[in-house]
Amino acid sequence: MLRVSVVRNRPAFLLEATFAAPTPGIIALFGRSGSGKTTLVNIISGLLAPDAGEVRLDDEVLTDTRAGIAVPVERRRIGYVFQDARLFPHRTVNGNLRYGEKRARGAPQIIGFDEVVSLLGLAQLLQRRPRQLSGGERQRVSLGRALLSQPRLLLLDEPLASLDAARREEVLPYLEALRDRLAIPMVYVSHQFDEVLRLATHVVLLEAGKVLAQGPVNDVSLRPELQSIVGPDLVGAVLEGVVTRLDPQHGSADLAVGTGTLQVSLRDTPLGSRVRLQLLARDVILATQPVQGLSVRNALASTVISISNDDYGAVLVQLDVGGGEIVLARITHSALKALNLRPGDAVWTLVKAVSTRGHAFRLASDPPGKC
Amino acid sequence: MNDLPSSAELEALRLSLEVAVRSVGFSLPLAVLVAWILTRARFPGRMLFDVFVHLPMVLPPVAVGYTLLMLFGARGPIGEWLRAHFGIELAFTTAGAALATAVMTFPLMVRAIRLSLEDVDRGLEEAARTLGAAPVDRFVSITLPLMLPGILAGAVTAFAAGLGEFGAVITFASNIPGVTRTLPLALYTAMQSPTGDTLALRLAVLSFGLGLLGLLASEVLVRRVRRLLGR
Repeated sequence: MLRVSVVRNRPAFLLEATFAAPTPGIIALFGRSGSGKTTLVNIISGLLAPDAGEVRLDDEVLTDTRAGIAVPVERRRIGYVFQDARLFPHRTVNGNLRYGEKRARGAPQIIGFDEVVSLLGLAQLLQRRPRQLSGGERQRVSLGRALLSQPRLLLLDEPLASLDAARREEVLPYLEALRDRLAIPMVYVSHQFDEVLRLATHVVLLEAGKVLAQGPVNDVSLRPELQSIVGPDLVGAVLEGVVTRLDPQHGSADLAVGTGTLQVSLRDTPLGSRVRLQLLARDVILATQPVQGLSVRNALASTVISISNDDYGAVLVQLDVGGGEIVLARITHSALKALNLRPGDAVWTLVKAVSTRGHAFRLASDPPGKC
Repeated sequence: MNDLPSSAELEALRLSLEVAVRSVGFSLPLAVLVAWILTRARFPGRMLFDVFVHLPMVLPPVAVGYTLLMLFGARGPIGEWLRAHFGIELAFTTAGAALATAVMTFPLMVRAIRLSLEDVDRGLEEAARTLGAAPVDRFVSITLPLMLPGILAGAVTAFAAGLGEFGAVITFASNIPGVTRTLPLALYTAMQSPTGDTLALRLAVLSFGLGLLGLLASEVLVRRVRRLLGR
């Protein structure tokens, strides 16, 4: 468990954040730039001191201003992957990787040099200098260097922010592999919800130095506060399901979600794997009667839980699609009026298979399987 | 002396080199420390300290030599103490010439080192910290190597300048052949002698050559090291 409860007051910025998140897992600090994410991460690392408050990792107190405890950064064993990589320019990739490894002797070993090199695909880069690396390669080396310091916690401050889409795709799979194979808890700072969707197990929503919401990704995806950060188009419920049927020829798969089944477009994901996907609220269609002759692949019998105005002139409808699984639909006021929806009503929730964004997702604590 | 011009030249050259080497040897570690203090430390009176370090740049060298004589001379407070406890004599010795040279070239050296230290990305030191490096370890493994171009530049520039230090040396260490008569002092002496014209010319050309060589070497060295450091 990572518990953080800190205050840091500066003329231009007040950070007042409290959260607790289970470990291992990836805790996402999600918010707009300037919301205090980096400050918070720096406080956890010890690079910044809070004016008041405490930081605890499992049973250990790292910072406690009242008790006068502040474990020095170099003794925290918290790895830090900076946004700008910060590789040592006078050392080769090998020299950078060995830097933390050498200083972690005596600490319980989590991962070895060879494993890091193969996990992050660094074998070809070892003799190079940092300036000879691409942005994505730099971040992979930075990640490897932090891992070899055998950290109890890994902080990643927007490690993909300085990369273009192609380079991001070069690093993301490695992060997923880390999450799935190692039990190192991570704090992942991001302002991109798709990264959170792919990586996080727990989300802390930050805005103007305050925690707006926190919890598992699927819970937070339903919170109205999220909409003010990601905008109306990216709001959507996050669901988790298991692949029960594959149709590789047509690139589709069936997912068992709650008590129902969802047909989604999905490739390269083996049978039985856990998949997390987001159904964007704007893509979800509601019908009061069974429909025919539509291309929509999914029609889920559901119950309206709540109806609320969103901040953008439309309506957000929360639906139970069976087994407590919740889906959000964003519809116009006139549609609401035409359907005359009320909480408790039975409706059909229509979801196009191609409008889902799914990612294979597995935790180190899950039973092993092909993934 | 005039019948053996080449040996006088060689002696002056050897002395100049010795004085410059010893002066750089003295001052380099201290210059790194002072540069670090001036860049990183925050304390009251920092500006005064800064000014004090740079004072030799603007003072007449003779005044510096005179001050050294007052402090390190046989009857000066430090000079007396050094002689009583360590048997070290500085005034009118080669070591004294090196000390005077060191004081004069010190600001030059500190400047170069300080510039390179200001260039060192603090973020890299932070990264080293998160990787478990304690302060001294951090300085030795990250800060110092990244400062190396500045340290080398400072050392070579101070060395080249030290070859030609005149005023402070002649005031504090006098003009003793074979002991403190370095190149510029030998040149001055030759100019004072009615038969020293050729010797003076040769010494002047030698001085030019040395200065040129020193600065060129510094440029080449700094470039090499920069490349080695991956800049």
